[in-house]
Amino acid sequence: MAEQDIIRRSGTTDITPASQARVGGVKKVAKLFDATKCNGCKACQVACSEWNDLREEVGEFSGSYQNPPSLSPECWTLMKYNEIEDAGKLRWQFTHSACMHCADPACLKACSTAGAIIQRANGTVDFDSDKCIGCGYCASACPFDIPKISAKDNKAYKCTLCSDRTAVGLEPSCVKTCTTGALRYGTREDMLFYAEKRVEELKARGYKNAGLYNPEGVGGTAMMMIFHDINDPESYYMPKDPQVPMATEIRQDWLKPLGTAGLIATAAFALMHRITVGRNIVEEDQPGYIDAAAEKEEDSK
Amino acid sequence: MTNHWIDIKNSNVIVIMGGNAAEAHPVGFGWVTEAMQHNNAKLIVVDPRFNRSAALADHYAPIRSGTDIAFLLGVIRYLIDTKQVNYDYVKAYTNASYIIREDFDFHDGLFSGFDEEKGAYNTESWYYELDEQGYAKVDDTLQHPRCVWNLLKQHVERYDFKTVSNVTGTPIDDYQTVCEMIGSTHTKNRVATFMYALGWTHHSKGAQNIRTMAMVQLLLGNIGQLGGGVNALRGHANVQGSTDMGLLAQSLPGYLKLPSDKEPTLEAHLTAHTPKPLRPGQTNYWQNYPKFFVSLLKSFWGDAATAENDFGYDWLPKWDQMYDFGKHIDMMYRGQVNGLLVQGVNAINSMPNRNKTLKALSQLKYLVVLDNLSSETATFWQNEPGFNEVNTAEIQTEVFRLPTTCFAEEEGSIVNSGRWMQWHWKGANAPGEAMADSEIVSGIMLELKKLYRDEGGVLPEPVAAANWHYAIEHNPSSEELTKELNGYDVATRRQVSGFGELKADGSTACGCWLYAGSWTEEGNNMARRDNHDPSGKGITPGWTFSWPMNRRVLYNRASCDINGKPWDPERTIVEWKDGKWHGIDVGDFNMKLTPQETASPFIMQPEGVGRLFALKLLKEGPFPEHYEPVESPIGTNPLHPKVVHSPVLRWFEGVRETLGTKDEFPYACTTYSLTEHFNFWTTHCRLAAISMPETFVEMNEVLAAEKGIKNGDWVKVSSKRGHIITKALVTKRLRPLQVNGQVVHTLGIPRHGSHNALIKKAYTCNVLTTEMGDANTGVPEYKAFLVNVEKAEGI
Repeated sequence: MAEQDIIRRSGTTDITPASQARVGGVKKVAKLFDATKCNGCKACQVACSEWNDLREEVGEFSGSYQNPPSLSPECWTLMKYNEIEDAGKLRWQFTHSACMHCADPACLKACSTAGAIIQRANGTVDFDSDKCIGCGYCASACPFDIPKISAKDNKAYKCTLCSDRTAVGLEPSCVKTCTTGALRYGTREDMLFYAEKRVEELKARGYKNAGLYNPEGVGGTAMMMIFHDINDPESYYMPKDPQVPMATEIRQDWLKPLGTAGLIATAAFALMHRITVGRNIVEEDQPGYIDAAAEKEEDSK
Repeated sequence: MTNHWIDIKNSNVIVIMGGNAAEAHPVGFGWVTEAMQHNNAKLIVVDPRFNRSAALADHYAPIRSGTDIAFLLGVIRYLIDTKQVNYDYVKAYTNASYIIREDFDFHDGLFSGFDEEKGAYNTESWYYELDEQGYAKVDDTLQHPRCVWNLLKQHVERYDFKTVSNVTGTPIDDYQTVCEMIGSTHTKNRVATFMYALGWTHHSKGAQNIRTMAMVQLLLGNIGQLGGGVNALRGHANVQGSTDMGLLAQSLPGYLKLPSDKEPTLEAHLTAHTPKPLRPGQTNYWQNYPKFFVSLLKSFWGDAATAENDFGYDWLPKWDQMYDFGKHIDMMYRGQVNGLLVQGVNAINSMPNRNKTLKALSQLKYLVVLDNLSSETATFWQNEPGFNEVNTAEIQTEVFRLPTTCFAEEEGSIVNSGRWMQWHWKGANAPGEAMADSEIVSGIMLELKKLYRDEGGVLPEPVAAANWHYAIEHNPSSEELTKELNGYDVATRRQVSGFGELKADGSTACGCWLYAGSWTEEGNNMARRDNHDPSGKGITPGWTFSWPMNRRVLYNRASCDINGKPWDPERTIVEWKDGKWHGIDVGDFNMKLTPQETASPFIMQPEGVGRLFALKLLKEGPFPEHYEPVESPIGTNPLHPKVVHSPVLRWFEGVRETLGTKDEFPYACTTYSLTEHFNFWTTHCRLAAISMPETFVEMNEVLAAEKGIKNGDWVKVSSKRGHIITKALVTKRLRPLQVNGQVVHTLGIPRHGSHNALIKKAYTCNVLTTEMGDANTGVPEYKAFLVNVEKAEGI
């Protein structure tokens, strides 16, 4: 079944936009991770692998509760652990790490293959493995270091926000399995409303710097996070001010339009050339062809 | 749990101590975060490690493992000193006003009646002073010098902040904060709950750990209340059910007693266990003991159990001492046991002192392992250099492996921590030749019956007469078995609707009196799935069946004052209004009586009140007292150097030689489970193995620096009983504690090692642990022992 809720496609210019007819009733969605409610149990991580049929290799102890050590083509959700001291008090912070589903996705912008990365009307960003050529541009462009290229099939993989579940009205599997209510899913509007209230609660409980991580540099994200201390996202292994990389922007906003302009210019030039020049030349097998040499010969006769 | 999981949402202060709910009970822990977010509850975590629960706590206090009693007795002292006590509750519903015998005494770490030679107490003096009618004497003014209140005050006087901090290592300011937060719930509109698990039971005084907490809850008036109670979190899916069904070596189903050899007749047994009321007008519920006991015998032996033969009482085994698993391992070790059936436990990885357990199993003639996995117990005879060093050729034990179904491959009920008996349905057929445990056991029983029939033997009756009437004799259905547990009228085979219908004359049979009401003539109440919660307090009376009698909060009469008025109108469970009782839960008392007639909420006690003074029930004494772990990192008891550890421990022959001292093994060590794994089972499960692929030892940064150990380095951890080689996790979450003028470092080892699973080959922590355990239960001290640590070559 053709997916008709795609609003943006990689490797495609705005001149040929994706379908827009059926997106009227679709609302933007968001997953909200509340680090202040997470107990680091990894249920989300395991549920992700279970739902998406992913099985990473059994690794080895790497000096932390964090296993596997990083996201991979076989691990799309990973719990990260950090011990920090805040005003002399120890805090063991847990981060639910997975695709942030940026409103302005660097991966999609960087991708050169038509339709290999798409953005849906609900705001989520998804990869289409069939089309992926494994160039790795998405991985190098992502400011959150999310997409991973598989050595098995040379394709890029990441969290889909369980597009196969959300398409039929279910929450993502990580949210479904969360034991403490640290993960929530709903419309972006509802999640923002909830987050605002929750941050107020946390401030009242003494977390003066509590706040919502929804970075503007990528246009906001469909995975938002509540932190004890919004001023220190690095302690949750999240970048302070993530941006779509300049190189991607230049390519997307300047080089690609330039390229397009070049293409158009070339085509226009070719057209003009054909009109102005090409039309005046008659090919050998075309009627009205005059063999210049023969003519000359004729003339000299 | 006296209460249940959902009820935690009603708490104001949640204390996680002696457990790690976020780690070991992550789903139930959701009710903690619920209470914190929607009831503005505060979470306190007291633990040797800053653990997953501590990560979400409002306040974390470190404690040296094995010093919880000192910590909590200090809380009691603080509550009494600062008058943060619910006095109305304490006066009405505890034995604070009861007068204790004149010959009761405590000094220098010992209670009156200690027999040094036997290492046991004559408990005669640990009792109330009785009047002429046999009732306990009370002084409602609490002035009598020997009333429990004054004895308690005197007993806890020694546990001031400085002393407590010196013993526990908890910094005084942290300790004071905990005391204040707990104390805040002495008011009638605030309630605290305590959530604990193996962090309290796995000690040489585990029962007393829990008891001390229960005393705190009584003083605060928190038992019988919504959001309060004494809440044991059970680990294995059906550990509550197996305990209800007589798991302990001296128990029978429904917490009835397995007779001792001092009770040669049914009459002697019933007399010993049917208490007389200790105050006038008591419910004294255990007066019904004979009804429950005789009904149990009828369920065992059916028509063969008659009044003439004491309902088969003679066929029950009578104990001379506690034959728990620890005792059995010791007997096997000495070659006194021929065969062992292991069911529901991976013994070689679980029993303390693995090297001794290995020798013990090697002495058996046969070993039968009922398990759904190929456990290391079934392959104990296979040599695995380093991990399981045996000389296979020398082991003569014949091993039978009987594959069983797992819970999802059978239907039945599982009892959760909150006493809910939840029916579940089969999810898949078992693979291969696996059979349900009930089918395997039936097969063995029928074969035994046949052998006795064909060949005769000594005392054939208990087996020959065993009541075994099922539609498929060798494969009883869960329905048939649970209906037997509910109980029925013998003549009509009508299911009883509650234990109130059970009789002591042999006309009823009941496999577990507490479960009466679970499968009545109306059907399977455990299969009910109506989650309506009309009160909004999480009672959900139509969801499954909660023993006893679908009651969700035990002792709920204590939620109101003696006149039946709720202490807190927001927490109304039952209420006397317009001349009768109303309630959102089944009352834990006779709701036909008046408030004054029912003003003794602790109906299982013959005096109807909660016991701040435990009488003769626990072996260490009627009040808890701080004793060091058997292996103590400070080598002394600052409170009474002559009595360092519990004076009533069970000492197996030769066990003294297996204990280390702090000079040789200077560091404290504790063991625990991780969220990622379920015992040794999920080490065979790929997703769980991926999420935690290898075991490790946690240690603090100071000790690691001293020893030159870096995060991820290989280390050797050794105790007097053996050593393991594993990797170090150097962390801020453990920290050195100042104790009695020295620094105590604690190491922590998860229990999920295995050399025969999907995870990386690893040692198990039970190589290090000691079999010394609680004198009341035999539970080993897995949570506090001594080790040394050094850098090592990898494996």
